[in-house]
Amino acid sequence: MTQKIAIQVDDLTVAYNYKPVLWDIDLVIPQGVLMAIVGPNGAGKSTLIKAILGIIDPIAGSVAIYGKPYKKQRKLVAYVPQKGSVDWDFPTTALDVVMMGTYGSLGWIKRPGQREKKAALEALEKVDMLSFKNRQISQLSGGQQQRIFLARALVQNASIYFMDEPFQGVDASTEIAIINILKELRKAGKTVVVVHHDLQTVPEYFDWVTFLNVKKIATGAVKDIFNDDNLTKTYGINYKVAVNK
Amino acid sequence: MSITEYFNLIFSDYTLRNISLGTAVLGVICGMLGSFAVLRKQSLLGDAISHAALPGIALAFLITGGKDSNVLLLGALVSGLVGAFWIRGMISKTHLKSDTALGLILSLFFGFGMMLLTYIQKQPNANQAGLDKYLFGQAATLVESDVLLMIGVTGVALLVVLLFWKEFKLLLFDQDYTKTLGFNTKFIDILITFFIVLAIVIGLQTVGVVLMSAMLLAPAAAARQWTSSLAMMVFLAALIGGFSGVFGTAISATQNNLSTGPVIVLVASFFVVISFVFSPTRGLLFKQIRLIKNRRDLKLKKTLQFMYGIAQTHENIDHPHTIRILNNFQGFTKKSLRKMEENQWILLNKQQWSLTSKGFKEAQNLFNQQPQHE
Repeated sequence: MTQKIAIQVDDLTVAYNYKPVLWDIDLVIPQGVLMAIVGPNGAGKSTLIKAILGIIDPIAGSVAIYGKPYKKQRKLVAYVPQKGSVDWDFPTTALDVVMMGTYGSLGWIKRPGQREKKAALEALEKVDMLSFKNRQISQLSGGQQQRIFLARALVQNASIYFMDEPFQGVDASTEIAIINILKELRKAGKTVVVVHHDLQTVPEYFDWVTFLNVKKIATGAVKDIFNDDNLTKTYGINYKVAVNK
Repeated sequence: MSITEYFNLIFSDYTLRNISLGTAVLGVICGMLGSFAVLRKQSLLGDAISHAALPGIALAFLITGGKDSNVLLLGALVSGLVGAFWIRGMISKTHLKSDTALGLILSLFFGFGMMLLTYIQKQPNANQAGLDKYLFGQAATLVESDVLLMIGVTGVALLVVLLFWKEFKLLLFDQDYTKTLGFNTKFIDILITFFIVLAIVIGLQTVGVVLMSAMLLAPAAAARQWTSSLAMMVFLAALIGGFSGVFGTAISATQNNLSTGPVIVLVASFFVVISFVFSPTRGLLFKQIRLIKNRRDLKLKKTLQFMYGIAQTHENIDHPHTIRILNNFQGFTKKSLRKMEENQWILLNKQQWSLTSKGFKEAQNLFNQQPQHE
């Protein structure tokens, strides 16, 4: 493969207490792919992202971003958490949340200024939320909240994006808007990794896929490996047969 | 003493000035830091910490044998911090939920503290009297050095909040994300917790172990009702806290020296009640009024929608129709028709009604409207 490697995961193992959540994961993600992580509930999809991002400490294994440890490459990476992970009644506005995306490059203590505000407004425009910039975040719909989270990551101007179930609980128009933005990111040479649930849309949305169920089942181009065999191995049932019964 | 007399004396009388200034400053720091505790959903942390401070006071007395308030508060600070970080550790290392951990530490430390207090009281030495003021607080014992300490701590806390504002806000909203941006979340967390403990400790002499958590929570809960900006909430909470301190002291000084701590807490709670009822956006009263008004509006619009359907069947929309044809349709009264006329949606002419162009447009746009309240 001539493509550059964006993310390399070696022997990653994560456990809560005695139960392994991720077992010995080796993963190579080339630059410029739009990748789905699929697998059943409890397969460790979110955990994989969180372990790569250092939110969860793994028991073993290492993660390299463009060949260097993640800690040194933090600024190249942006994260979109599940929108249910925060309290949307927090007293702040949409613009303010998007501004948070600039905090990492600002570092400690330094306050955001005009430049950061401009970047945040541009990101809001990209997700078509500019007219909601002063809206209380509690007054936003689920889809709008997801767009705000995406805008916050876009502000980081990263090379690699990790998204945890961005399509959960959003309507069709938001889903299309988000996937179009992700496809644009891919076109710009960025790498996007998405925890995804809807198997139907995988071939349409993504060009790369990883099957995960505690262990890595398979990873590669959607056209090569998105097949019955891998789906059955991952979900334990013959997916297509079960659906078309 | 009357209230006006009190406000005259506040500048000249040494004790009164100390108490008023002390309780005001205490209210400010508690309101400010309490906002963070409330938004982190750690409302009960304050309660656990203040109870956890009690054994520290008793131990400091036993070790030094003196009642210098700075030494006792240092003891309270140490045992409060031990309690706070024990709770933190328990939550992160075991499967216990935070309420369980808080409850356990609260009772454990408070029990130990009470045991030490009774032990101290049985000592032959006459010096032990007055330690129980830390249970319910005794503002009258505040001296100038205590107040200066409070002002100093509040100043430092204010400085830290201003300095780390961005980091605090980020951590309060989204801890995992904060970590991915490269901030040391443990450090920010410890910083916030440390200052919450500090605020509690300097309030013990005034308000006491038992009621201290109300000083943290009440101003913050009240302030949250009035604003949807974090900065405004912290500012308002500090203001409400400060006012509660001053008014509480004024009331207690003018009414036969009612115990100051409980009165301050009651004043702060009064602010909470007022805020929960009367806040324009989140208050119960206006919410209810809006609900009733919206329902009435919707009923009118339902009738209007029905008229719109009839009007559409005619070439000109203002073609008059008899009121009778609405009879099959529930949801209109003479009053509601008159209200619709007031809105200039329809024209009434004896037993007939006709839609105006304004009413027509209103009905047309019924489903495309933005909500009125942000």
